[in-house]
Amino acid sequence: MNDLTSKKERSGLSKWSRRGFIGAGVLAGGGLLIGIGVRSGNPIGALAPKVAAGEGEQLVNSWVKIGLDNVVTAIVPHCEMGQGAHSVLAQMLADELDADWSQVRVQQAPTDGSYIVTDTARQFIAPFTMNAADWLEPTWDGLFTQIGRLADAMLTGGSSSIRSTGQYQMRVAGAAARKMLVGAAADEWGVPAGEIETRSSTLVHTASGRSAPYAEFATAAADQPMDQTPTLKTPKQYNLIGKSKARTDIPSKVDGTAKFGIDAAPDGVAFSYAASVRPPVPGTRVASMDASKAEGMGGVLQILNMGDFVAVVADSYWQAQQALNRVDVTWTKSESPIRTTADQFAAYAKAIDEAGADGGNEAAAKGDFAEAFAGAATTLEAEYRVPYLAHAPMEPINCTAMVQDGQCDVWTSTQVPLRVRTELSGALGIDTEKITVHHPYLGGSFGRRLEAVYAVMTARMAQATGYPIKAIWSREEDTQKALYRPAETSRFKAGLDESGALVAYDNIFTQRNDPAEASVPGIYSIPNTRVRTAEAPLHLPFAAWRSVDHSQHGFFIESFIDEAAHAAGADPYEYRLAMLKDAPRQVAVLKKVAEMAEWGAPLPDGHAKGIAIVESFGSIVAQVIEVDMSAGKPKMKNVWAVCDA
Amino acid sequence: MAKFTLNGQAVEIEADTNMPILWVVREKLGLNGTKFGCGIAQCGACTVHLDGQPVRSCSTPVSSAEGASVTTIEGIAGPEGELSALQKAWISEQVPQCGYCQSGQLMSATALLRDNPTPSDDDIDAAMKGNICRCGTYTRIRRAIKVASGQLEPTGEEA
Repeated sequence: MNDLTSKKERSGLSKWSRRGFIGAGVLAGGGLLIGIGVRSGNPIGALAPKVAAGEGEQLVNSWVKIGLDNVVTAIVPHCEMGQGAHSVLAQMLADELDADWSQVRVQQAPTDGSYIVTDTARQFIAPFTMNAADWLEPTWDGLFTQIGRLADAMLTGGSSSIRSTGQYQMRVAGAAARKMLVGAAADEWGVPAGEIETRSSTLVHTASGRSAPYAEFATAAADQPMDQTPTLKTPKQYNLIGKSKARTDIPSKVDGTAKFGIDAAPDGVAFSYAASVRPPVPGTRVASMDASKAEGMGGVLQILNMGDFVAVVADSYWQAQQALNRVDVTWTKSESPIRTTADQFAAYAKAIDEAGADGGNEAAAKGDFAEAFAGAATTLEAEYRVPYLAHAPMEPINCTAMVQDGQCDVWTSTQVPLRVRTELSGALGIDTEKITVHHPYLGGSFGRRLEAVYAVMTARMAQATGYPIKAIWSREEDTQKALYRPAETSRFKAGLDESGALVAYDNIFTQRNDPAEASVPGIYSIPNTRVRTAEAPLHLPFAAWRSVDHSQHGFFIESFIDEAAHAAGADPYEYRLAMLKDAPRQVAVLKKVAEMAEWGAPLPDGHAKGIAIVESFGSIVAQVIEVDMSAGKPKMKNVWAVCDA
Repeated sequence: MAKFTLNGQAVEIEADTNMPILWVVREKLGLNGTKFGCGIAQCGACTVHLDGQPVRSCSTPVSSAEGASVTTIEGIAGPEGELSALQKAWISEQVPQCGYCQSGQLMSATALLRDNPTPSDDDIDAAMKGNICRCGTYTRIRRAIKVASGQLEPTGEEA
């Protein structure tokens, strides 16, 4: 068998059904609502009180509202953390609806199970996995499982907002709504639906000279039959998709009015502020606490020993932090044999050494590496290491919580609002239906806000003290106690034939996360390939960091491909091109970036260019970077980048 | 009791004299446009003007504002609320991504253009180097400053 085959069992995740469930209903005020659930059986009407936008409006399982003022509101289940999803998802819906873009608004979907997006991750990935090699197919299931588990089914991440929610929810919702509006107008005007055109939120029947704004037919449209699989536009019909439109969130981000999690200020609530400190090492707890130096400091209300952390609650965050700095805490000892970065890398080296030439867990294999390596004209080896990395979003970790009368309200920047709600429920002993998670803009995240710990800590403090609390983590606390992109070690061996072509490729590395194909050099046609993992003890838990495994493996693989090109005496661009035999999109991207960067043109003394190409979550990116080494250390002069998304 | 002028209005507020201006403005005066980023004057997210000079409000005690004038992001628009040339350029060049650092970026850029109406790339880099953007909007910031100073035509994404 000449295909790479995965040793990993299929997760058993069933094939998704492309068929969504669409529900429609009328706003009490007369507007039309279209809703598409990602599973059948969503209770119609359940969301009404949660998404009502104005007096008399009633929501019924909806992704789009059309109000009497002819304003189209896209209800977006993804968070906005700088990636522009709010604007683009509204744009996709508005295009199918032929809406007047100037009359389109965006509403953040509430934290509710009706806004799950997990199943659609399968939908967005399916189109290009179908075009990918069969041997990649099993790896996707793990990704969906991971997404579902991480997300508690309402997630912004995995490059999925546009591909899944945009393609299969927002566009479908817009197209279905358009068809219902046309149907309603056709009935009223007594003309064939096929003769009615839609443009700029207006229905037009040219032959009879009639036209009407959408609002006029919004109510009647809700009684029209619902097409669950409306015909979507072809690219040539797009008016908004693919156009560079001004982002809807930007005006509020230039005048200071944008609301991030840290800006939560619910009307009429006087908050106390908390600063907290967690153990320096995972798995340890408070052994003892001496707060005598902090007691009586200005503004201090309470000093809390919460067992797994210590906190000061005060009249202001600054006062809380000042007092916390004077609390002496002794922590229990860690049992972990790994204490330092050096310990961790030693553990990785040991695990890889023990796996030996042929051991470890085989992740993917093609051809016969051992035979090809034995017969190679030239061999080379390399080892790469990457450190733990903090996400370091500009907005420090924070949460605002009120726990009163068996109810909990939380305001926090998060990529996973449903997960936050679930974990709050478990920690507080409050039913999820009595917990409201408000999630404003995120001041950056990059994967940092895929956890719920900080929300749980804040709500526990609010529950323990009875105060509504805004908790802010100091920058130091976030950097020292964050979840990190894992440190990792990756070793390679390769064999080249007499022509210099890469004929044998072996890679063993220490952390396998997601997506599994990140470590597979799948774009290159290398006849004998083997990818293995070695299990090593870890000191810190895994965290997803933007692109998850691709950022490490892209660096490892492309660096090693460069070593192979160097060993072959070949140009690194030409060397890659020769191996991209079955990858026309990658070839186009690589050629384009080489052309932009004038690859091969003479360079000043001390300057050099490097080239790399990585495919991550379906997007192909190639870069050329020009570096000036004349001062003895690298200075980046230019970056050229091409992306085929 | 701290007494100073905030965005043109006299304020008197009960606060520890050592409390940084950042927290007085955010928590006691309710203006949330100024952001907390690092607390040690290293990231620039908290930049405000103190008597016209950009300062890191997270590390500047409110006592140093006594009798002085403090301007925040909420105070740089015109008297009728019209956006400043820089704010308009920030929109035409679609500068912000997550947006969290942008109040501080705009405050530093505002001070730069007041002192140097047509800054070069090097001038911009020197004036803006204390403001970190984790999303990496630096090239657009530079372009927007040049647009606001009339050195470049606005790009202007479609509205």
